[in-house]
Amino acid sequence: MIEARSLTKIFHDKKRGAVRAVDGVSFRCEPGRIYGLLGANGAGKTTTLRMLATILTPTSGGATVAGFDVVAEPEKARASLGFLSTATALYGRLTAREFVEYFGRLHGLGENVLRERVNTLLTRLEMNDFCDRRCDSFSTGMKQKTSIARVLVHDPPVMIFDEPTTGLDVMTARTIIAFIRECRERGKTVIFSTHVMSEVEKLCDHIGIIHGGRLLAEGTLAELKAKHGMNDLEDVFVHVVTGSGVAAS
Amino acid sequence: MSLRNIGIVYRKELMDSLRDRRTLISTIVMPLLLIPAMTIGFGSFAISMVKKAEKEVPKLMILGGEDSPGIVSALRSLPDAVFVPASDDYARQITNKVVRAAVRIPAGFEASLHGGDPASVEIYVYEGELKSEFGAQKFRAFFDDLRQRTIESRLAARNLSPAILRPFVVTKKNVAPEEKVGAAFSSAMLPYLVILMCLTGAMYPAMDLTAGEKERGTMETILTSRVSRTHLVLGKFLLVLTASIATALLAVTSMGFSSHMAATMFAKDLPPAAAQQFRLSISPQALAAVFVLVVPVAVLFSAALLAISLFAKTYKEAQSYISPLMIVVIVPAVASLMPGVELNWRLALVPILNTSLVSKEIFTGTYHWNFIGAILASSCVYAAAALATAVHLFQREDVLFRT
Repeated sequence: MIEARSLTKIFHDKKRGAVRAVDGVSFRCEPGRIYGLLGANGAGKTTTLRMLATILTPTSGGATVAGFDVVAEPEKARASLGFLSTATALYGRLTAREFVEYFGRLHGLGENVLRERVNTLLTRLEMNDFCDRRCDSFSTGMKQKTSIARVLVHDPPVMIFDEPTTGLDVMTARTIIAFIRECRERGKTVIFSTHVMSEVEKLCDHIGIIHGGRLLAEGTLAELKAKHGMNDLEDVFVHVVTGSGVAAS
Repeated sequence: MSLRNIGIVYRKELMDSLRDRRTLISTIVMPLLLIPAMTIGFGSFAISMVKKAEKEVPKLMILGGEDSPGIVSALRSLPDAVFVPASDDYARQITNKVVRAAVRIPAGFEASLHGGDPASVEIYVYEGELKSEFGAQKFRAFFDDLRQRTIESRLAARNLSPAILRPFVVTKKNVAPEEKVGAAFSSAMLPYLVILMCLTGAMYPAMDLTAGEKERGTMETILTSRVSRTHLVLGKFLLVLTASIATALLAVTSMGFSSHMAATMFAKDLPPAAAQQFRLSISPQALAAVFVLVVPVAVLFSAALLAISLFAKTYKEAQSYISPLMIVVIVPAVASLMPGVELNWRLALVPILNTSLVSKEIFTGTYHWNFIGAILASSCVYAAAALATAVHLFQREDVLFRT
């Protein structure tokens, strides 16, 4: 499970002074559910997810990942999650197998378990043809599969996806979407950020609309449509964002 | 502190670095190829230039001497020289390298030789120009010989022994081991080389493991794994340190090998003392002592380079931060080569310079234990401070995610 409680992040910028990138964001996501964080570029999605992944420390507020506090027990929180985004690249000079094994070892897997787990993953993701080649020679699709293997190697109960399909072709994006769905089926807690409405409609059980660092609306797709009296998620999104009076950051 | 995680990060970084062309070039290829190329190549080039200059038949000019036909004729019969007609613009001709050297024989020179009057012969030379110096050398040798013969004939005319001019003889006897005297040049260069190689060896891995990772987007990937940032930076630091020490060790090995090769190759072309200058003669104990002293310097470099590179967003930006550091390191290292710069308590606290100075002393067989202790301690303090800074910076998200 993931629980964010008044998560706030303030950055200090030389030109702009104190910038509230995330401002009191609270939400909750249960196992076997996908929570979609929907927002435009610069809305605060990545900062929120980076705080949940313990890469950034909240200025105030807090969060728990699989019961572990992200500030007090960041290593345990990280051990319980898999974080995937288009910004999380691969080590180009390692092979896919070496790359996945490296992360498995860092997550404390013993050599025997690791070898077995990696072999299973490589077969399941149909990576056997290229798993012993260096990552810098991979196509985008191969890279995404390798990243998926990395986040799954320690079998975490929580998955965080930060705009995972940005810049990908249709086929690769479909692989990612299918993988996210599979995570839910396996009972994992999934948070998924995007600005693509169709992906949210296809995947998410619960949606949070974030803008200017604040969570402006929350609910299931049906609840949001009913609340705002609109049938199209895009209309709901624009209505929420334009009616919020919050300046885009 | 999980040594396991530090070890995992270290092994991965080692494997990664061994596959990185830039790191391999700076760590292995540079010391293994550049040093022999410099030592043997430069030596061969210098020797070939000297030989070429020696082989040249110089064009020489005799000014005056109309009333000294015997001297002029003896000069003209000098072997391996071509004499050109006298000209008033001899200075320009020497400067333009048309003529290598000229000699002015004063009026009545032969008469003054017979009469016993003092006379002055002037040799015109382009000072510092090897071929001109070789040309002038022919005149100098001729007139030195003439003077010696004149002295002897004047003494004989007065029934005096030539020994009257040498009431006693002074000779200098060397008590230092032969190899120590000869190897002064190579030994003085060695500490400088070791320190410089420690820096260059650490430079590329440090940039690659920090700014390079940020640029390639793998920093965020590794930060989402379970490993703590302290373990991550320590694993990276150990790899940079390994590269630094490996480069220095390879440089010393390479220099030992190429010095030996150079001394052997040039033995037939150079006088023994000059050939000996190429030979490194350092005891294993001295090498071990210097290694112990250099380790904290390598730690200092590795941690400082890691910390500085971490600030950069890209590899290129890291290079622009690190380039000035080269000068900061080279200046104290070179200062130790200056004559008259000697170790004292104040200099013992100056990082890099202290190690360079004490290493020079150790290589010549002098062990100032109090200085060695103080330098080791101060270097360790600097190294620890640099490492603590690097670890601290790795915790700062404004450094890791600088935009």
